[in-house]
Amino acid sequence: MSKIAAIVPAYNEEAAIANVVLGIRQVARDHQLPIDVIVVNDGSSDKTAEIVSSLDCVMLDLPIRLGIGGAVQTGYKYAYHNGYDIALQVDGDGQHLPTEVPKLLDALIGYDVVIGSRFLGTTGYQSTPLRRVGIRFFQLIHKVMRLDITDSTSGFRALTRRALAVVIRDYPDDYPEPESVVIYLLNHLKMREISVVMRERQGGVSSIGPVASLFYLFKVTLAILCTFFRLRDKCPWKPIP
Amino acid sequence: MENAYRIQLLSIVAGVLLLVYLIRLIIQGRLRIEYAFVWFSFTLMSLVFFIWREELNVVAGWVGILYPPTFVFIIAIFAMLIHLLHLSVVISKLCAQNRILAQEIALIKNKPGGYSGRER
Repeated sequence: MSKIAAIVPAYNEEAAIANVVLGIRQVARDHQLPIDVIVVNDGSSDKTAEIVSSLDCVMLDLPIRLGIGGAVQTGYKYAYHNGYDIALQVDGDGQHLPTEVPKLLDALIGYDVVIGSRFLGTTGYQSTPLRRVGIRFFQLIHKVMRLDITDSTSGFRALTRRALAVVIRDYPDDYPEPESVVIYLLNHLKMREISVVMRERQGGVSSIGPVASLFYLFKVTLAILCTFFRLRDKCPWKPIP
Repeated sequence: MENAYRIQLLSIVAGVLLLVYLIRLIIQGRLRIEYAFVWFSFTLMSLVFFIWREELNVVAGWVGILYPPTFVFIIAIFAMLIHLLHLSVVISKLCAQNRILAQEIALIKNKPGGYSGRER
């Protein structure tokens, strides 16, 4: 049976983190899945670290705040170097339902990356209007690369060890999801999306405010283009058939 | 004393003071020599032109600039921009290294028998 690491990045998530960890452990018990929960505390200033260390899970405690990308990558590094076969990524704010985890894992057969999408089906929380505009925009950019991803900002993902070997070397800083899809693509990782239901965040505040959104939209677009040109020479681009 | 000479004297004094300050910073170990090199060249070049003002006119004439101070401004601004760009590159490199270090610390802290402090 393959070893599974559920990586939960958390920055000031004292309100939601316990339920996320307990939820994942519950699902692991119910479905008899060998999941270890690995919480990455991204330099939180609230009680996140205390709460997490009282739970039955691994805590990776970053001494300074790196942003979501750096935090998630810490978890990936842990999973890779500790011999896990599969890494899940589950947000620490309770948006992602642990009960959807088995779906992600089932979909991973024959693929390297599975992304849980809110938009393949149309149930559950569909994000704020402003953020949906951004998501649409990234859909468009990815379309240009012949990449059919409906929810590239989704951080609800499952990766095989082959994908882990890529992301421990190369993973973007903040707001990493749309860019990482391009990294997967250019490293010839096979990816697919499946429909999942998401909730509204269960506590804490989003790491991106409305004013910063526009800046991030610009930054991520630029980053996607840079990644594309940086990796294009190393790995010849083949659109997914 | 004539006004033109007064400003020349002032510039030379300022240049020499900057040079002395740079040397002090290096000796005290507050400025790495590779960064000091850029500042040294800046200061020495300015000093040369402060002392031999006529040469400035000649060099400005070569590149076709009629008003020598403009030449000084263009060179100075361009040099500063390049230096700023270089500093941004240095900061970006430090950011990347900082990230790797923080991640290593988090991973080591987690190992049994590893460093377990929470010093903030």
